[in-house]
Amino acid sequence: MTGAPAMLDNKLVKWVDQRLPIFTMMQHSAIDYPTPKNLSYWWNFGSLAGFMLVVMIVSGVFLAMHYTPHVDYAFASVERIMRDVNYGWLIRYIHMNGASMFFIAVYIHLFRGMYYGSYKAPRELLWWLGIVILLLMMATAFMGYVLPWGQMSFWGATVITNLFSAIPFVGNWIVTLLWGGFSVDNPTLNRFYSLHYLLPFVIVGVVGAHIWALHTTKSNNPLGIDIKGPQDTIPFHPYYTAKDMFGVGVFMVVYALFVFFAPNLLGDPANYIPANPLQTPAHIVPEWYFLPYYAILRATPDNFIGSWMGFTLVPAKLAGVILMFGSILLLFVLPWLDTSRVRSARFRPIYKWVFWLFVICCAALTWAGSQPPEGPALWVARLGTFYYFFHLIVLMPLIGWFERPLALPKSIAEPVLSGGKA
Amino acid sequence: MRAPVRTMASVALAAAFLLAPVLPARAIEDVVPPHRHWSFQGFFGTFDRAAAQRGFQVYKEVCAACHQLRFIYYRDLGALGFNDDEVKALAAGYEVTAGPNDQGEMFKRPGQPSDRFVTPFPNDQAARAANNGALPVDLSVVVKAREHGPDYVYALLTGYGDVPKDAPKDFKLQPGMNYNAFFPGHQIAMPPPLSDGQVAYADGTKADVPQMARDVVTFLSWAAEPEMEARKEMGVKVVLFLIVLSGLLYAVKRKVWRDVH
Repeated sequence: MTGAPAMLDNKLVKWVDQRLPIFTMMQHSAIDYPTPKNLSYWWNFGSLAGFMLVVMIVSGVFLAMHYTPHVDYAFASVERIMRDVNYGWLIRYIHMNGASMFFIAVYIHLFRGMYYGSYKAPRELLWWLGIVILLLMMATAFMGYVLPWGQMSFWGATVITNLFSAIPFVGNWIVTLLWGGFSVDNPTLNRFYSLHYLLPFVIVGVVGAHIWALHTTKSNNPLGIDIKGPQDTIPFHPYYTAKDMFGVGVFMVVYALFVFFAPNLLGDPANYIPANPLQTPAHIVPEWYFLPYYAILRATPDNFIGSWMGFTLVPAKLAGVILMFGSILLLFVLPWLDTSRVRSARFRPIYKWVFWLFVICCAALTWAGSQPPEGPALWVARLGTFYYFFHLIVLMPLIGWFERPLALPKSIAEPVLSGGKA
Repeated sequence: MRAPVRTMASVALAAAFLLAPVLPARAIEDVVPPHRHWSFQGFFGTFDRAAAQRGFQVYKEVCAACHQLRFIYYRDLGALGFNDDEVKALAAGYEVTAGPNDQGEMFKRPGQPSDRFVTPFPNDQAARAANNGALPVDLSVVVKAREHGPDYVYALLTGYGDVPKDAPKDFKLQPGMNYNAFFPGHQIAMPPPLSDGQVAYADGTKADVPQMARDVVTFLSWAAEPEMEARKEMGVKVVLFLIVLSGLLYAVKRKVWRDVH
């Protein structure tokens, strides 16, 4: 499939390509790129996440033309976008629900990677870059949610920025730096707006590196075995371009149902109340995609670590913050926590089931995060937090040691040719 | 718009199972207002123009004494079925402070369609001073800003009464407060705003409290989401288009992949 690209027959294309081989690169990376022939639809969510990144940047650029980052005008400027800017409501609802759709795509992409062991050698850096993208997305989404300057914007910003005050010695200094003052106020809104515009382009850069690493190690696949030769792969175009386009179509149907018929379903009504620093909402709840972490944050009891003999080693707030950030940072060492040499859960009879326990655990934490931290919800949060870390730190190494994996197929081509699932 | 849309969206999101537990959890509220049918619900719902016009009358003659509608312009009323002359006449019925003029002075002039709805108080402090310290909320997006939206606002408007006999013993109505079955905490500073026959509807509709509440909720729902009809109309076309497009893309995919399978 390699060789001189057919498009080089065009003289202009050839002229450019000899000076800047952009067309050769396209041919190499987007057309010829050898892709395992057995990728399932779970592999669509990477391109869907990329699609959402573009949608968010484009819709965001247009919103930024009409938005005013000032505490006195931000809420009103958003309402002006909704009412008086031509199709402003459409652009805003695309952007607002786009954040949710982006996280849906990324979370499914991440769980897919966990099920099929996509993080294992030689794809550790690819996995790391993915986690960096997730962290950048979380920062971007958080700051974007502050911009409409509603009640949840303001109080969410207050709660989350205050978390940094739990850091010993430098905590309060960091919080003052984040706020640009001594409370969440106009300087906070201004710097969040600036960073909210900046970070997506940082994400674009890291996505570039993510794809670069992917093209170096090549895609994993549902069998989790290496590509053995050309018989195992097909060129990316037209096979996966066609498949990805179909995925985008279906994804957009769901997306459009939200945008046009339930644009505020995933949002909190309280964010249509203008921010009021003097009135704390009854329940401060983040957007749904942050709920699992929020549950972990609030799960720690007051006497969690080392509160004995009247001596507190780690205060509950700091413990919560450590666990919350730890829940994501731990993913960086997942390639080494997982001791199994087999990538795909399809051939791992125990992990196959334990993986779903982890998914259920994350769903339970999502629910617990939406509830006030009391009664059964608090215990679900504590149990879920325990299991989350137990799964990653204890079960992943243990299962790898004790589990007897099933026999792996000889090659990707073999089960595909025989027409059966492995 | 809530219930059917909620069901529909939940189904659409079956794949995104993570969300499923979130939906009911949002309803953290003292009392859940009973669900009612509204003309603007569902995929094809539209604002009942007659009800919205009556609701505007209720707002104008009752609510506007204390509550502002600061994101709405008189020109917006055209969407409720008032013609240009009616909108001009309505706006002209208000006195607007404009200026400064060439002498640097502010002056009064009759309202124009391009003016925002006149506010009842010059600022929040004046509003509080006139209302026992309580601030009447802006009603522009109030229906979107409350759990259960229109159901809640309707329940609130019709939920006044005496403190029930089975109320907890430690429940004490503070001076100047009113009992409301649906307001969080059941104590609300706003006195019962509606009473039977308070307004005289031009179309002869009997103006009892439930009727006026329904009408004004329809009006406020329009005020909160004036784009709703255009949005749903476009949405039906977009979703149908995308379904057909996805079908075609699937056919393309099948054709491209035929030699691989």
